[in-house]
Amino acid sequence: MIPDTFDYSAPVTLTEAIELLSSGAKALAGGQSLIPLMKLRLASPQHLVDLSRIPELSGIREENGVLHIGAMTTHYEIESSMLLRSACPLLPQTAGRIGDVQIRNMGTIGGSIAHADPASDYPAALLALDATVRIAGAGGFRTVSYEDLLVDSFLVALEPGEVIVDIMAPVDPPNTGTCYVKAPQAASGFAIVGVAVRAVKSDGVVSSARVGVTGLAAKPFRARSVEQALGGTRGTDADITRAAALVGDGVDANSDLHASADYRKHLAEVYLRRALRAALI
Amino acid sequence: MKKTITLFINGQRYSHEVEPRLLLVHYLREVVGLTGAHIGCETSTCGACTVLLDGKAVKACTVLAVQADGRFVTTIEGIAANGSLDAVQEAFWNEHALQCGFCTPGMILTAKQLLAREPNPTEEQIRHGLEGNLCRCTGYQHIVNAVQAAASRSGD
Repeated sequence: MIPDTFDYSAPVTLTEAIELLSSGAKALAGGQSLIPLMKLRLASPQHLVDLSRIPELSGIREENGVLHIGAMTTHYEIESSMLLRSACPLLPQTAGRIGDVQIRNMGTIGGSIAHADPASDYPAALLALDATVRIAGAGGFRTVSYEDLLVDSFLVALEPGEVIVDIMAPVDPPNTGTCYVKAPQAASGFAIVGVAVRAVKSDGVVSSARVGVTGLAAKPFRARSVEQALGGTRGTDADITRAAALVGDGVDANSDLHASADYRKHLAEVYLRRALRAALI
Repeated sequence: MKKTITLFINGQRYSHEVEPRLLLVHYLREVVGLTGAHIGCETSTCGACTVLLDGKAVKACTVLAVQADGRFVTTIEGIAANGSLDAVQEAFWNEHALQCGFCTPGMILTAKQLLAREPNPTEEQIRHGLEGNLCRCTGYQHIVNAVQAAASRSGD
């Protein structure tokens, strides 16, 4: 279980990292997905660029109602951030369910979303939060919605030479309810299905609902039919049951030895009901 | 191309030229000669290779030695001060928290970090905190007892 040989650089500036990545090197974040793949020789990059020594890629801050989370911020830092726990509790709740404590100590949010494992936890939360992602490349910076970054299983819309700088999510407005729940695969902890909800109520009526679903399909997605069904209701148990039943409609669900497509859809509905009840009732 | 790395392991400075692909656990065991971090599953699952990197528990089979350059590493060999056992080691002994002992170094280091973050953990917090360490002998109950005993001892 030893990786193939490779060259290694640990630049301290973003410019230097982008130069190296533009010449075909592969980015190394926390390594908690990449190193296992390299040990199995499923990936054999010739040159790794360790992003951990670049200061501007780390840390969590708030600016004008927007939270900025550096790409190299670890799951543990997100899980334990007092700022996020009060301003955006969905992210710490989600980060705290990833893998185990050792993995959360090393693994990073930027690495996780760039790897784009369809059973990873963050996508559900980031979709429910309408998160955006700032990306740096040789031509400067660009910002895309997290939803647009997702292309397919293990594939995101990053060009060669580009690197994720930070992830942005809004501070929760008053009367926001959020929840992430998942059916974990027993051995790995990855989500067979994971559902994140962010709902805002005003005058007792659901004024905005966002539902992100991971694990169910090749690409994590926003369950827009569920969101629409909830909007304008009072978010009662009956409203929740009716809306959650729509989550699997028209979805080409994953099927593997852990769960068939039909069972995954069933789990998605059950877990979505739980998440909605926690967020709304 | 080899890289020169410098690590501070159990309070001592080590400098070596290593291949970038060398895993931290192999570096510790084969280059430095500290064999307390065990190689179990090699797939980032079992936690037998757990060491503290800058005080945080990590799986040394899933960290490159070059990633640890310039950082502080604590292995099981480094926690007994002046020949007397650390509180968690002592509690594992008293509570019979091991049989074969293979998982023990990783368990103890993860438990130490758990207690550093949460000095009075509930049973649920202990079980959640040790999720990344597998034991195939004891069934965990004695391990949980030991962590609780260590917590109450350090609270004395």
